[in-house]
Amino acid sequence: MEKVIQTRGLYKTFPRKGGSAQTATHYCPGCEHGVLHKLIGEALADLGLQDRTVVISPVGCSVFAYYYFDTGNIQVAHGRAAAVGTGISRTKNDAVVISYQGDGDLASIGLNETLQAANRGEKIAVFFVNNTVYGMTGGQMAPTTLVGEKTETSPEGRDPLQAGYPLHMAELISQLKAPVYIARVSFSNMAKLRQARQAIRKALEIQRDGKGYAFVEVLMACPTNQKMNVEAAIRFVSEQMEAEYPLGVLRDRSGEAKTLVRAESDYRKETLDRLLHLDTDRAPDAKLDPSARTVSVKMAGFGGQGVLSMGVILARTACAAGKFVSWYPSYGPEQRGGTANCGVVISGQPVGSPVVAEADVLVAMNRPSLEKFAGEVKPGGLLIYNAAIGEFAAPAGVRVLAVPAQELAKQGGSPRASNTAMVGVLAALGGFGLPDAVYREAIATHFSGKESVVKQNEAVFELARQWGAKQKP
Amino acid sequence: MSEQASGFKLPYPAIDPLECKACGRCIAACPKKVIRMGQKLNARGYTFAEYLGEGCIGCLNCFYVCPEPNAIAVHVDAKEAR
Amino acid sequence: MATQLVKGNTAVIIGALYAGCDSFFGYPITPASEILHEAAKKFPAAGRRMVQAESEEAAINMVFGAGATGRRTMTASSGPGISLKQEGVSYLSGAQVPAVIVDIMRAGPGLGNIGPEQGDYNQVVKGGGHGNYRNLVLAPASVQEMCDFTRKAFELAQKWRMVVFVLADGVLGQMIEPLRFPEASVAPETDTSWAVDGTAVTRPNVVTSIFLNFDQQEAFNRQLQEKYAAVEAAEQDSEDYRMEDADIGLVAYGISARIAQGAVDAARAEGIRAGLFRPKTLYPFPKDALNAFVAKGGKQLVSVEMSNGQMRDDIKLAVECRCPVHLANRLGGNLITRDEVLAKVREAAKKA
Repeated sequence: MEKVIQTRGLYKTFPRKGGSAQTATHYCPGCEHGVLHKLIGEALADLGLQDRTVVISPVGCSVFAYYYFDTGNIQVAHGRAAAVGTGISRTKNDAVVISYQGDGDLASIGLNETLQAANRGEKIAVFFVNNTVYGMTGGQMAPTTLVGEKTETSPEGRDPLQAGYPLHMAELISQLKAPVYIARVSFSNMAKLRQARQAIRKALEIQRDGKGYAFVEVLMACPTNQKMNVEAAIRFVSEQMEAEYPLGVLRDRSGEAKTLVRAESDYRKETLDRLLHLDTDRAPDAKLDPSARTVSVKMAGFGGQGVLSMGVILARTACAAGKFVSWYPSYGPEQRGGTANCGVVISGQPVGSPVVAEADVLVAMNRPSLEKFAGEVKPGGLLIYNAAIGEFAAPAGVRVLAVPAQELAKQGGSPRASNTAMVGVLAALGGFGLPDAVYREAIATHFSGKESVVKQNEAVFELARQWGAKQKP
Repeated sequence: MSEQASGFKLPYPAIDPLECKACGRCIAACPKKVIRMGQKLNARGYTFAEYLGEGCIGCLNCFYVCPEPNAIAVHVDAKEAR
Repeated sequence: MATQLVKGNTAVIIGALYAGCDSFFGYPITPASEILHEAAKKFPAAGRRMVQAESEEAAINMVFGAGATGRRTMTASSGPGISLKQEGVSYLSGAQVPAVIVDIMRAGPGLGNIGPEQGDYNQVVKGGGHGNYRNLVLAPASVQEMCDFTRKAFELAQKWRMVVFVLADGVLGQMIEPLRFPEASVAPETDTSWAVDGTAVTRPNVVTSIFLNFDQQEAFNRQLQEKYAAVEAAEQDSEDYRMEDADIGLVAYGISARIAQGAVDAARAEGIRAGLFRPKTLYPFPKDALNAFVAKGGKQLVSVEMSNGQMRDDIKLAVECRCPVHLANRLGGNLITRDEVLAKVREAAKKA
């Protein structure tokens, strides 16, 4: 009985290539991409992985890898294969993802993606072709070019003082904890080729079992751009490249590595409703009431006085009462330490601009905000401020009230809740027409999960509301 | 390709003259030196490797070092094949 | 129906979850970071995937990989980050991989600041990456629309195999409003006719943007342009406010539209017949509806934007100079005020 040992895992013919020679590769004579393609294809076929596999073609000579691999194929931007592979692998837990990249792609423009994907332990088998030179673009220096090696962009030979030293990718990646398997191989003699075949198979077995990241650096001849005949190019690999880049398995944790399973999406509405707390945090839809007055409130103070939170509690109350409402903060670095302010607009119809330029009500918690915003209160409007600020010359035509917010908060049992005290005073004097009970609901929702905090804030609110009801600003 | 059709005894390399790019890797890798570079040009303009017709031991070296997926297949006895 | 008080950036993630988005890939940037934060909190809890990418380029390429599998995927960023993503957007467009990108615009150019601006209009609406491609661009103007348009973006992306942007600004991202929740959730189907997802049925497929042959590349480009023509015919969307009898049409999107609406009311109170035309899609620009206004007797247009006339160019192209198009704008992170808009409307009224 006869058996024919032939190429497997690759297409029989290459119609995507077009042109006349659709049974030959586009690679130059003696180029070893074809050798690597055949070894990967053979392993995929032997392991029965072709249906599960997505091969990522990079930019470089192997940009057309998708002409050849009889698997799913994706062609991507220069250097981004590891990121694309991450996207595929995270989305499809069972996919066997192969990233096939050259030295310019992986070690230069894509170095960040390469290291970060390795560091995350993505389920990707990376086959890294190191032939010390850019191929597709015409023989420029690569990060892996040897010291003294002549290329189009190192015509006098790579000078380390000018262009640094060859980048050792396998060693770099072996500094990371997550990768499961790291090896460097070559095809420079038959024994080494057979070791390479084993390494490639191992990297793909790790993918079959979903165990994580595998990196196989393959030292290869590029007779065209190394400007040598095939024999000399192979000798260059075995004598010079292998001296700089030692072959071997740098890591093999395939035995102890566990299968990594990514989640399956849950699309059910019940799941989402629960996740977003629709059971406990749920307001009625806003009711259209064009007769209701639109009220604009500005709240300001320094970061840490709970100004933004005060606004949110008021907005929650309005929302729970079926009003249209908007809340808009000053945001960014200023909220981390500096002054903070927010605007709340409450209305019986959809809110136009959420930005409060003229306020019906101003709540000022510190002097700078009081001085900055006092002039923005509309005639007849209400200005309440933290009594701790001290003396203040109120603008004419505005109702003004100093609120002993800190004292009220202290009496209520929560010294930090002077913002809640202000909400209590607003409930009494703001003229928003929102029921007191709804304020209490909003406070409970706002601090939900922290029972004692809810109780303290409710107490402060009630005390301040009663205090406010007795004032005549 | 059957044994009869090729006229070679098992094992033997079947080299497709059209697919060879004349890189010479199979010739260098053959432990028995039973592959040589021919003189004729194929339709794509390359010379191509040829099996001398006997002496193959079925080591598969030529198959694995050949970069062209469709250029070399090695016919072996199924019983001896690993 | 259920309503909740929600921040604009959060509403994006709520929309994405109910739309059946499988994955979120992002990189921190103010004022869009909260979208990333919310994705980190909510996506894994619903079995969805979230990765904080090492860079904006990595994030968009993760989107490329996830999108190529035919599942719904997204990223979000702000101006400087969107600039970095443009390479990926071009590749997505060239490979016709559907994806949703949310841009919470901030002030530029360069690092600029984190205040609200609309200066990303050109880079998002006109392209920004290389090649003859377009993005579908939706422009929300409320927290409700941040959610609804994100959901719609996924539908459109899949329908047209295009990149769909939700183009919002810092105000919309940061503000809180009541949000009526989606009434249904979507469990999307994979289109196995083109996707590559590591299954037997998609094994014959290839996702790529290369055509070495010039004629093939041209034919593909032509095919893209036909698709865009169909998009322009089918997807223009806008909203009118007091436009029925208006002489002066303010044109504004996003937060600028809400401010302009106030200016319309103020102008009407002064007896100036102004109205607001609010594009909900920026590509395709809703030129048919805008032209209807001009044909009906609209005399002046005012582009109200927080950018240097980027949208005004599109308005001019749309109306083909059949009426003057003025510009009312602020830059640098400053919101335009109602009174600044009103002043422009008064000027335009004198010319009307």
